[in-house]
Amino acid sequence: MASTTPEAPIIEGRGLHAYYGASHILHGVNLAVGRGETLGLLGRNGMGKTTLIRTLVGLLPPRSGTVRVDGRDMSGAPPHRIARLGIAYVPEGRGIFPNLSVRENLVMAARPGRRGEWNFARVLQAFPALAERLGHGGAQLSGGEQQMLTIARALMTNPELLILDEATEGLAPRISRDIWAIVGAIRASGIATIIVDKNHAAVTAASERCVLLVKGRVVFEGASAQLRAQPEVLRRHLGV
Amino acid sequence: MDYLIQILNGVQYGLLLFLLASGLTLIFGIMGVINLAHGSFYMVGAYLALWLTRLTGSLWLALPLGVLAAVALGALLEWALIRRLYARDHLYQVLLTFGLILVFEELRSLLFGNDVHGVPIPPALNFSIPLTETLSYPVYRLFISGVCLALAAAMYLVIRKTRLGMMVRAGNSNREMAQVLGVDIPLVFTFVFALGVALAAFAGMIAAPVSSVFPGMGNQILIICFVVVVIGGIGSITGAMVAALLIGIADTLGKVLLPQFSGMAVYLLMAVVLIWRPRGLFQAT
Ligand SMILES: Nc1ncnc2c1ncn2[C@@H]1O[C@H](COP(=O)(O)OP(=O)(O)OP(=O)(O)O)[C@@H](O)[C@H]1O
Ligand SMILES: [Mg+2]
Repeated sequence: MASTTPEAPIIEGRGLHAYYGASHILHGVNLAVGRGETLGLLGRNGMGKTTLIRTLVGLLPPRSGTVRVDGRDMSGAPPHRIARLGIAYVPEGRGIFPNLSVRENLVMAARPGRRGEWNFARVLQAFPALAERLGHGGAQLSGGEQQMLTIARALMTNPELLILDEATEGLAPRISRDIWAIVGAIRASGIATIIVDKNHAAVTAASERCVLLVKGRVVFEGASAQLRAQPEVLRRHLGV
Repeated sequence: MDYLIQILNGVQYGLLLFLLASGLTLIFGIMGVINLAHGSFYMVGAYLALWLTRLTGSLWLALPLGVLAAVALGALLEWALIRRLYARDHLYQVLLTFGLILVFEELRSLLFGNDVHGVPIPPALNFSIPLTETLSYPVYRLFISGVCLALAAAMYLVIRKTRLGMMVRAGNSNREMAQVLGVDIPLVFTFVFALGVALAAFAGMIAAPVSSVFPGMGNQILIICFVVVVIGGIGSITGAMVAALLIGIADTLGKVLLPQFSGMAVYLLMAVVLIWRPRGLFQAT
């Protein structure tokens, strides 16, 4: 397998083993994302994509293996310390704060002192729908608006890496297109991304490199173009 | 007119209960910890007022020193003990905080004995203002109400209007999400616990001149505080305020109107509210 591991990655997992209680979910996963790189993370339901992400961001400490962020060993570190190194996470199922207004959802995530182009005004410019709803409670938003809010909130931290887990799940095609357009803009602004999505065609089109997980193991790692040229790999591992 | 005095007393008692119950409801709502030792912090406050007033000669010096001591005590307990039990079942927290009640009572007995003590009302506030020709009301009680209201307003502003307040509320609704956005949840928890302890101790301190200082005073008020939290809706500060005032007034008026059932008014109120709204008046979101 071609090793295209980037130099000086922003985040790097090595030999990650993760468990939920007694069930062994990740079996020695290696994964690295370079600065500004877009990585697609593919795999069928239950293959461990979300578990891998939770391990990287510190929500699930690995049983063994290391997580390095910006070269620093953060294995087992609490999530807020990993977040403060510039890792932002848009989880499956969104996770807005329904008891906070849209404005508060955004403001609480801002990290004064961190440099970067994303501030309150810039985020509202990118998400005009949110600008009209600043006083609303998070729970009053539509599904698409909630997803926009979660992405906007993650951008307020001015991350080096944005992780999107199923950002278009359950959204109407038109809104999914909006989300993909925003992902493109984020990418263009130089922020590295990890994208997990059921729409593998969109993932391989939007990313430079892909990692394919089967039952907690990496079965493919390489350029997205290479994956697009090998539909049989996708067919075998994604059942498409 | 007699009722006016009773209602003023009820409001003052209710506002004092609010200081206690708001800490209890925050600690449960945000940290998920059942803190049986909350009444003990009220008692600690009263004995701090007693000791520090004797030491410094003035309640005005005793209050700030006592609050500092209470914040330190709260932060220390959270860091050394409570923190170890977040991941465990509520039963462990109940056991630990029950143990703390016993420890505080025993320390109190060793240090101050088992007598009832009094703390003098500061001379500047030791007078009454006339309400009618025949009735007057002690100014110190009005002072208690005023201070409690000011603290309630300050708490409202911190929780509603500051970034710290947003982080506390965010951590309350989705702890993991707050963490991955960079919120140091362990630090927020230490803050919330220390705040709750300081509020309870402060209530004990300002109440000491009117309620006297006696063994077991914390346990008596703990039960009422849980009633307030349950009626108000667990985790809701607004609920704690409304419920504390209801309970304060019901308890005070109950003693006057139905002296033979004094003490039952509070539980009757709780039963009625819970039949009407099983999750309390204000459900925290
Ligand atoms: N909290 C949990 N406790 C126990 N097992 C879990 C838990 N969360 C996930 N699992 C299991 O871990 C495995 C990997 O799940 P994970 O959510 O990482 O998969 P995924 O690739 O993200 O799938 P999906 O495409 O459905 O989101 C699955 O078998 C799942 O059942
Ligand atoms: Mg998943």
